[in-house]
Amino acid sequence: MSEMKYHNNFLKEVEERVEEGHMVKMCMQCGVCSGSCPFGPHWAHPPQELFMMIRAGKREEVLSSDSMWMCTSCYQCIVRCPRKLPITHIMHGLAYLAKREGLAPKGQPTAEFGQMFWDNLTKDGRVNELKLSLSLYFKDGFGQGVKNAMAMQSVGMGLMKAGRLNPMEILGGHKIKDKSGFHAMLKKAREIEDARRKLA
Amino acid sequence: MANKTYSFYPGCSSQNKASSSNYLVSTNSMCQKLGITLNEVPDWNCCGASIGYGGGGELPRIVLSARNLALSEQHNAGQDMVATCAACWLASREAKERLDHSPQMKADANEALKEAGLEYKGQAQARHMVEVLIEDIGYDALKAGVKKPLQGVKFAGYVGCQTNRPFGIAGESFENPLYLDNLVEAMGGEAVKSYDQKVTCCGGALAFSEPEKSQKQIKDIIESAYDHGADMIVTPCPLCQANVEIYQGEVNKRYGTKFNIPVTYYSQLITVAYGGTAAEAGLNGHVVAPAKLAEIAGK
Repeated sequence: MSEMKYHNNFLKEVEERVEEGHMVKMCMQCGVCSGSCPFGPHWAHPPQELFMMIRAGKREEVLSSDSMWMCTSCYQCIVRCPRKLPITHIMHGLAYLAKREGLAPKGQPTAEFGQMFWDNLTKDGRVNELKLSLSLYFKDGFGQGVKNAMAMQSVGMGLMKAGRLNPMEILGGHKIKDKSGFHAMLKKAREIEDARRKLA
Repeated sequence: MANKTYSFYPGCSSQNKASSSNYLVSTNSMCQKLGITLNEVPDWNCCGASIGYGGGGELPRIVLSARNLALSEQHNAGQDMVATCAACWLASREAKERLDHSPQMKADANEALKEAGLEYKGQAQARHMVEVLIEDIGYDALKAGVKKPLQGVKFAGYVGCQTNRPFGIAGESFENPLYLDNLVEAMGGEAVKSYDQKVTCCGGALAFSEPEKSQKQIKDIIESAYDHGADMIVTPCPLCQANVEIYQGEVNKRYGTKFNIPVTYYSQLITVAYGGTAAEAGLNGHVVAPAKLAEIAGK
């Protein structure tokens, strides 16, 4: 149990450091978001509960939860919320803060896949689908990777036959021309955001 | 026909030999038949999709779309930027909304864009191809050009999430959007109106990271199509298409089902109904072949 203070600042921190975090206080605890979520049964703490936990100052419990990583970005919660909270974005923002603070659960598959996706797309400016699949299969080492790849062999072969997966992408694949400008742009964007959000 | 010109953002998955390359093949054929000219945004980049937040946070993610919109403004001035991919459209439109509503966000994005010699002004609209079809051409005009009606084929219109929420198509409801059914009917096909999983999430990017949980979603989506007598599923989203088509073997293993139902794009329906060949409609790009469409295309 973390040390509890009567006056806690977690809501304030969320407002300042989380994407769309200033809207958290608008939640009226109706639970429509939680009931609308396609992955609802898999959340340790559904959005409505997370919002109350934020107000209650449960920083560790919220940020180390795997709940936010269950978001499929289906936007069902956003369109149904009677208070118009941008819940999807707040979940993304909480997940990102958790990750930057080193509190995201270790080995959480969507946290890992999200980082792989970002690294993949930022390298050449466009997604390399073959390398993305392989990096996911091989994330837990070579032996497990071969097993995973074998298990998904029929899916891969089906796509290849349909001309929708290119083994030659391993050698390069699609990319943008202005990679240096693109990388400089992303570096600057990250610097600005890190300064504003006080992310180390 | 229409003679309309748009700036075009095709997106990563549509590229040659990528997972929705047949979406682009059929889009190009469809647009050629409808008199729509698409000018590709030069040097466009990935939009970050729905999972980009995990590594990219907010501003770097929004800047990805700002770069595409800035390139579109600069090279295809005066043209709406149209995307075919649900995630591309959503990311672009969401970014535009944030940038146009927050002077701070816009200033920050432009400071980053300057590093690439670009500036976001906010002149280009971010639109989906379905909006072009419905709003700029219209069902009646679309219907008027049909050469081979898709008669006798029953389509479950699987709209999915991101072309429907949070923005959606103007005038449609989030719970029961009708545009896909209307497009099917305009092409002479039969829309399965009782299909009750039309806006169910397929798991999206979590089909990769949480396959078990996502395949439950996919099972529901397909089961309902069968239960309501559909011959095939039709969708506007490349990730919906891929998830619902390519994991049928996995779902069958997991649930003991015998699913084998084709999942097509609206652009393929229109191409075939407008007299296009199977190759023009990208019908060779499927894991489960849409035989009934190929039959009509071959007539």
